[in-house]
Amino acid sequence: MSDELGRALDRISRVRGMRGSMWVSAEDGLPVAQLLMEGVPGKAVAALAASLVRKVSGTAGAVGAGRVRFVQMEASGGTLLVALAPPDLLVVALADSRVNIGLARLEMMRAAQAASR
Amino acid sequence: MSTTVVERWAEQPLLRYVTESSARLVVVMTPAGQVLAQHGFARAVDLMAASALGAAIMAASGALAEQIGERTFGALFHAGGRHGIHLASCATPRGTLIVLTVFGKETSIGLVELFYEEFAVALRRAAPAEQLREPVLAADFEADLNRSLSTLFHQR
Repeated sequence: MSDELGRALDRISRVRGMRGSMWVSAEDGLPVAQLLMEGVPGKAVAALAASLVRKVSGTAGAVGAGRVRFVQMEASGGTLLVALAPPDLLVVALADSRVNIGLARLEMMRAAQAASR
Repeated sequence: MSTTVVERWAEQPLLRYVTESSARLVVVMTPAGQVLAQHGFARAVDLMAASALGAAIMAASGALAEQIGERTFGALFHAGGRHGIHLASCATPRGTLIVLTVFGKETSIGLVELFYEEFAVALRRAAPAEQLREPVLAADFEADLNRSLSTLFHQR
């Protein structure tokens, strides 16, 4: 299992503009596996990404939008991407402005689906 | 939820930690179980029990760490059904302090750990140097304890 998780991170990290990717425990907000460039604060990204997903999922539930599958947050300094891999995991990626969002999303959703099986 | 402190310097770091981590209950205490600050406790008896048990767990885990050749455990985490408990110690100029945090489903251990690290740094910065203390006498102990509880619970 850990080999599969590592290979998925490797594929995601090959997308141009990626600064790092990680598997995060959805409930705990703790990193499970990570592949990060130097200087990326893994623990903080994991904790805050899990918190963001909880809040977005709560909002989606409140407005009747159903289950959240992917979260994309664009900021001036970069982009945070999160794919949900129910029941326990999140695929989290941090990218700069050059990233091909479509390709990153495709790789992340593929990894999330494989982990959910 | 109320936050009360025996030692004023601990108030701002504690308020910030509680706000950021969304913790339900927090106790800052010495390894002997003397409470310096608390958040969320409504009754003195609950606070006394939590601080005594927290200090005992840290002492027991420290002894266990020594048995296996570790200096000490960094932090202890217990995941319950509805609540999680995070227990950790940090070295400050005031001496070693123990922080017990109880949190619910509205936050996570990842967030609590993240903001605990900032809290520990803030405590280290704010804490005054430890004063030379008189040995604790049985006669003074109860008076000290009552004084702390009166301060924390406004003589309720």
